[in-house]
Amino acid sequence: MAKIVCKDLKKSYDGKTEVLAGINLEIQEGEFFILVGPSGCGKSTLLRIIAGLEGVSAGELIMDGKLANEMLPKDRNLTMVFQSYALYPHLSVRDNILFGLDVKKVAKDEQERRLAEAAELLGLTDYLDRKPRALSGGQRQRVALARSVCSQAPLCLMDEPLSNLDAKLRASMRVEIRRLQQRLGLTVVYVTHDQVEAMTMGDRIAVLSNGRIQQLGTPLELYNHPANEFVATFIGTPQMNMAIAEVQPEGLVLNDDVVVPLSAEDRAKLPAGTRWKVGFRPEQVYPATATSVHQVDVSVVSSEMMGNETLIFFNVGSELFTARWQGQHRVETGAALRVSLDPRYAHFFDVNTGALVRAAEDLDEQGARSTSVVDESLAARMEAAPAAPMA
Amino acid sequence: MALRSKRSLAGAEAAGAAAVAVPPKEAPGGKRSLAGWVYLLPSIAIFAIFVIYPFARTIITSFFATTPAGGLTQFIGLSNFITLFTDPLYTQAIANTLIYVVLTVPLTIVIALLLAVLTAQDLPGMGIFRTIFSATMGISVAAAAVFWNLLFNANSGVLNRIIEFFGGEGVGWLIDQNFALVSVSIISIWMNLGMAYLILLGAIKSIDDSYYESVDIVGGGFWYRLRRVTVPLISPSLFFVLTVTLISAFQSFGLIDMLTQGGPNNATVLLIYRLYRDAFVNFRIGSASAQGVILFIVIFAISYIQNKLTESKVTYQ
Repeated sequence: MAKIVCKDLKKSYDGKTEVLAGINLEIQEGEFFILVGPSGCGKSTLLRIIAGLEGVSAGELIMDGKLANEMLPKDRNLTMVFQSYALYPHLSVRDNILFGLDVKKVAKDEQERRLAEAAELLGLTDYLDRKPRALSGGQRQRVALARSVCSQAPLCLMDEPLSNLDAKLRASMRVEIRRLQQRLGLTVVYVTHDQVEAMTMGDRIAVLSNGRIQQLGTPLELYNHPANEFVATFIGTPQMNMAIAEVQPEGLVLNDDVVVPLSAEDRAKLPAGTRWKVGFRPEQVYPATATSVHQVDVSVVSSEMMGNETLIFFNVGSELFTARWQGQHRVETGAALRVSLDPRYAHFFDVNTGALVRAAEDLDEQGARSTSVVDESLAARMEAAPAAPMA
Repeated sequence: MALRSKRSLAGAEAAGAAAVAVPPKEAPGGKRSLAGWVYLLPSIAIFAIFVIYPFARTIITSFFATTPAGGLTQFIGLSNFITLFTDPLYTQAIANTLIYVVLTVPLTIVIALLLAVLTAQDLPGMGIFRTIFSATMGISVAAAAVFWNLLFNANSGVLNRIIEFFGGEGVGWLIDQNFALVSVSIISIWMNLGMAYLILLGAIKSIDDSYYESVDIVGGGFWYRLRRVTVPLISPSLFFVLTVTLISAFQSFGLIDMLTQGGPNNATVLLIYRLYRDAFVNFRIGSASAQGVILFIVIFAISYIQNKLTESKVTYQ
């Protein structure tokens, strides 16, 4: 049975503008479910409606098979981790973790047992007598998690819990939260604006924008088959390169500027005269080789060397395109670069509605599936792959 | 040999110092502190003239017999103090003051806290209540004295009319010596409510919503929220209000002077009012100074005890 079901859920504060404009989703028991979207998309509102901290304007919220529109937060058997952690400054870590258990009439020895367990699980055993202000950001985050663990509620709601941490800590807490969820078999609904968190933590992701679900699916479904232009550009960093494209006699014209030569095979798939929005993932803008059909000469605007990879920026019409190449490539600003923009790897969107018309073919440069099982042949292939030649 | 090694050591030290210490570009210590004192001078001067000198002079005067103008005539040691403590009217003033403080301070804070909690939510029309509850801040003691006098009037006052309407018997609010101190306390609570309310409201409004939402999720009720969240989180403001209200209660003067002048039968003579009468009506400056010193010691001691008792309960974020 689904843990949480939203049926055409709507929320409006003033009766005119809809913060949530008809949300339909099902969250399964034991699932790590992510609500992701830009600020103001309604994701936090949806989470607070699930928590019972906000009311529903229209539609149904069903939890554990019961209509929960009017149910009080305390009757929903859930916990919530807030962005601010909601740690009480006057209480020690111990009392912060145990906060609320007295209301739920949990016996003292049971409280102690849960405390010991949660503190052990989150590595807080040595800090139980400290006040929150004597803790680091990561430790405070752990105390907030420990409070949730202690309540033993099967559903945990998290509202951007990692946004106050530095990048390194965030990466390690991502793993820790995911591990905790799997170990305790929790159902987690997790709100974030960070698509990296969404991709790495979620079993399933709902991408929200303007109060609507743009797409709902597993991380790779969203990445490989984005339902529309919004999802395509929202998921993935650096973001997908977008351009207006049209097939003309000389090839695929991008932003009325760059012409990508097309093979007969390509032309068979792409009807002439139609305009699309076309999107190339940065990692699929390859350096052109001697045999490349889809080679394009561009001029480098700038480049960023990250050590393990290099980002190269160039103009396609008025749009700045990014190429992401493995390894270190020294590219001068203004240098001429020959890249391959293969339409097989491009996503085609309707130019007016932004809806997906044709997803990228599920291929990488070698013609293998881009998501593959890790086995020996893959290892051999990765090792044998030569460093990309310089343009 | 020793000399050479010493020299080389000094050289190394100099090199080390040159590498580490960048001499700060600022005036040498003496000049700097002098400039600091010059900047402080105006406030030090004002403080000295209006606080330190009168304070010192009061302490000295309290050990002397004085002329009505305050001139010192003869050193009499603790006589002023002994006379005061053997005066039953003065010990009554002490008792009155303590009763007045115990009646007004806790009630002011509890009522202000409850009103602040009730009006902290942002509901439509809440601004009206907030304005009403903090309005006493803008009312002068003189104006308050006038209309409370009307309300408390034993014959035509509204309060007695109400009591009589319900079949009770009217009370001589300000003219009955058993009631006068209570009546003055009621007015004082009402007067001080606005300030305390506003400070506590501000503190409550600054509490992050997530603290309360956490309580909602576990299912704590009104008292749980108040006890576990609101009071601890506004403890610095509560502490401030407590201290200020306590000290101002010991120094209540205006209402007494305008409503009862200490009467009936000295029932509302507080320490500060007695001091005023001795200093500016009877011109017994020596005794008045001694009373000032006593009042200072009492306020200091009570504030100190209060501070110690509440210290561990106050959490600054």
